[in-house]
Amino acid sequence: MTASAQRPAAEAAEQDSDLIIVDGLIKHFPIRAGILRRQVGAVQAVDGLNFAVKRGETFSIVGESGCGKSTTARLLTRLLEPTAGKITLEGRDITHLKDAQLRPLRRDMQMIFQDPYSSLNPRHTVGKIVGAPFRLQGVTPPGGVKKAVQELLADVGLNPEHYNRYPHEFSGGQRQRIGIARTLALRPRLIVADEPVSALDVSIQAQILNLLEDLQEEFDLTYVIIAHDLSVVRHVSDRVAVMYLGKIVELADAEALYGTPMHPYTVALMSAVPVPDTRRREQRGRILLSGDVPSPISPPPACRFHTRCWKAQEICRTEEPPLVELVTRHQVACHFPENFPDKAVDER
Amino acid sequence: MTTSALRDLVTRHPGQADEQPFLEVVDLRVHFPTDDGLVKSVDGLSFALDRGRTLGIVGESGSGKSVTSLAIMGLHTRPASEQTRPGAQLSGEIYLDGDELLGKTPEYVRGLRGKRMAMIFQDPLSAMNPYYSVGHQIIEAYRIHNPVNKKVARKHAIDMLGRVGIPEPSRRVDAYPHQFSGGMRQRAMIAMALSCDPDLLIADEPTTALDVTVQAQILDLIRDLQSEFNSSVVLITHDLGVVAELADDVLVMYAGRAVEYGSADQLFNRPAHPYTWGLLGSMPRFDTPRSERLLAIRGTPPSLINVPPGCPFHPRCEYVTRNEGRSEEVRPELTPVEPGHTVACHLSQTDREEIWEQEIVPKL
Amino acid sequence: MFAYIVRRLLWTVVLLIVLSIVTFSIFYLVPRLAGATPETLAARYVGRAATPETVHLTAERLGLLDPMPVQYWNWIKGVFTGAEYDYGAGVETCPAPCFGYSFITRQAVWPELLDRAPVTISLVVGASLIWLIAGVTVGVISALRRGTLFDRGAMGVALAGVSLPIFFTGLVALAFFSYRLGITAPGGQFVPFSENPALWAYSLLLPWITLSFLFSAQYARLTRAGMLETMSEDYIRTARAKGLPERRVILKHALRGALTPVVTIFGLDVGLLLGGAVLTEKTFSLNGLGKYGYDAIVQGDLPKILGVTLIAGFFVILANLFVDLLYGVIDPRVRLE
Repeated sequence: MTASAQRPAAEAAEQDSDLIIVDGLIKHFPIRAGILRRQVGAVQAVDGLNFAVKRGETFSIVGESGCGKSTTARLLTRLLEPTAGKITLEGRDITHLKDAQLRPLRRDMQMIFQDPYSSLNPRHTVGKIVGAPFRLQGVTPPGGVKKAVQELLADVGLNPEHYNRYPHEFSGGQRQRIGIARTLALRPRLIVADEPVSALDVSIQAQILNLLEDLQEEFDLTYVIIAHDLSVVRHVSDRVAVMYLGKIVELADAEALYGTPMHPYTVALMSAVPVPDTRRREQRGRILLSGDVPSPISPPPACRFHTRCWKAQEICRTEEPPLVELVTRHQVACHFPENFPDKAVDER
Repeated sequence: MTTSALRDLVTRHPGQADEQPFLEVVDLRVHFPTDDGLVKSVDGLSFALDRGRTLGIVGESGSGKSVTSLAIMGLHTRPASEQTRPGAQLSGEIYLDGDELLGKTPEYVRGLRGKRMAMIFQDPLSAMNPYYSVGHQIIEAYRIHNPVNKKVARKHAIDMLGRVGIPEPSRRVDAYPHQFSGGMRQRAMIAMALSCDPDLLIADEPTTALDVTVQAQILDLIRDLQSEFNSSVVLITHDLGVVAELADDVLVMYAGRAVEYGSADQLFNRPAHPYTWGLLGSMPRFDTPRSERLLAIRGTPPSLINVPPGCPFHPRCEYVTRNEGRSEEVRPELTPVEPGHTVACHLSQTDREEIWEQEIVPKL
Repeated sequence: MFAYIVRRLLWTVVLLIVLSIVTFSIFYLVPRLAGATPETLAARYVGRAATPETVHLTAERLGLLDPMPVQYWNWIKGVFTGAEYDYGAGVETCPAPCFGYSFITRQAVWPELLDRAPVTISLVVGASLIWLIAGVTVGVISALRRGTLFDRGAMGVALAGVSLPIFFTGLVALAFFSYRLGITAPGGQFVPFSENPALWAYSLLLPWITLSFLFSAQYARLTRAGMLETMSEDYIRTARAKGLPERRVILKHALRGALTPVVTIFGLDVGLLLGGAVLTEKTFSLNGLGKYGYDAIVQGDLPKILGVTLIAGFFVILANLFVDLLYGVIDPRVRLE
């Protein structure tokens, strides 16, 4: 049973303001082996996601390597085609659209990438890079492309006179700004940012995060942010989804998630983050997870986290816990969640 | 400033003030001549580290922290075979257990590498040779400094892999680096570094490339191994959280120099340099109520060829106007703020305390 | 790994079959495109005084009137079971394996190929070892002494080696060393290894050095580039950080990584060369496969050309297979296919 069927009626009425809805999203990458290269298995990168992102909000997906968050980002922007499931953008089903049909949609959804050093073509000037969306979509802004590009550069805090410079003449933080300017060219509604600040120094990171906040207000943007840094996510997000091995294990408002995390994995993640406070060193009851993340090729049966969970019981090995809304606007997929008074969670 | 005066200034752990520090760096300078000019990666750095303690060196890219660690290890001196281009120019003094290193021959320092001082690097996948098994690389490190046969060395390698927490070490010893997961790979690299039981371990961003839960495991491992081997650790990182976890003393670097130096407690509870304030304010916090806006440091890190005159941080400093022009002209020296805590800044103590109370603390 | 090997072997067999079809088709089609008919082809084998009827009969007996797939099939059968050629005046037998029969010289092709192969193999094996050792050594030293006189000089000489054609360097070398100074053997002096190893080496010395001059240039540049790349890798810094002596760092760590592309290219070069080092053999008058092919082309002897082409193709395919398998051995990251 999907979580979307469980959403209370009040939320269903808000569906009009949902910019993007994901239902049962699955992406498996085939593995071929043997003499005849037959498919022998699959990397279950994303295995059944259900969530919705409202207009104007910042929705973050957080998790460690191999959890499928980057794959999710690419599915949302249709750089990959889902194996199963449905993606709805502004009411329209974009799951299996072909390239030609997707192209006009790319005005409305854009992507910011992690590495500012490799996501800009080193042989194009900044002006050409930021102006490319206009050319590709055949749109001429009033006043001309150059003027529009210079305005965009100013919007992101760069000097418009650097129109003719090349990427290598800029620092990492400035390059990331160029990338952001590029995404804003066609006034998209949705921006998916895949680790937008993790390659940057801490002081520059703060500048870029502040910038993203300002731009969201100015241009009425909706963000989906993929990140592994829990502190960054807490600062920027309205709602957060925690992913583990291709599934969402917890989904809640940022305040609720960080205040009362319910899934054991979330709790462990948060206790692992080093905080810049020496007093906490002694008080820290850190939960150390044993072992490594299992392979997404053969994930553990039932609850995927049970192999590393300190609370695992028999039911966790046999029955997969569904993602249910235990507290208003707070969904968890666990048989024995933390911070939750009622222990028996099998009823819905 | 004379060497002895510098040595006095340098932070000493209260209980060990009479003993000679295990590692001592005095006025280290590392300059690289390039076609564009002289890059002053490290420009007058001094610090000390006692036996069994951990020093965290914090800085962003271009601060000179990695260059410092390579200088200690003697990895800047070009081997004889590569004498063709002008290499790094080093000056200053580095004392390892009383033994001055910069004046010694490269051959002498090479003998110390791996044996008395070892280093682990940020990315274990690129830092290990992909063509040889992990066991082979550990055995190699061990046999260079210990004349034993292969069987004994192999047993030792398996033993080390077990001690760093790799399961089934006798099987994994023949595996290749790419066959390990990120966390296990870093453990293997730690095993390789510690195989000869060095007295000094330098860890250059050891957890930056790892997931946060794995990072926690590795930090705990370093802490445990440190007490087991009684080594001194220099931890280089840009992550203040990691520093707070592990370091006893902290050195903050900017543009090749130390701007603040003290114990971890002093640095996190009573930081004294505007750059440190900026670093602490730039980090989105996990444990405190959510702030509206991050305290970003304006501007970008300086060029190391044309370092700003006077205080290198002054173009980005909010409080430069309080110093009546001294920040633009005079280079600040490390001066004590409280016992064991020094800062290189022209702000007067009163100004500093006032700013701290009224402007910084509310925003953190 | 096993599945990978089996897959490659099956692929090799397929490739060999395709090679034979394509080659045969070319030799079938090209004369016809140039205007020849089965009669004109048969005419070459019957002498000038033949009548048109005789010619036609000969063409029929030789199977030249059959459609191409039939001709191909007969030819393939001949490879395994031998063939007989009946052209009226007599019947020539061509024992298995029959790769064709030259009507000009009245000889089966295969024994001739077998006869000449040792020459080419001797030439290639010797030269390749020399160029590999010389090229890699020079490349390593150049990389370590980048920018010095040695480096610039070596790369300059390498450029000359790659640019100067072998018939030029060969003839100059012959003229100077063999005829002027008399220290090396003059052309056409091959002595089989089984007869006299010392003389064998002596007779091949100049061709070896001249041929390897051409290739060691390429290998020096390749090794130099590979070394420069590996020397800047992180694991070299780790090796030094462990306290390894510099010689070990260079030879065991840096060279290992740099050699991977060199070894694969080496396999391919040797494969290609075995198929016929035409220019070298012609220049030094060595009766190897290359010269055999050259002479056959000049004479227009199609069966011989067909035979040489097939054997050359076979060596190349074999070399490719070998290199593919070798790659899995030298690079552990590829191994887990």
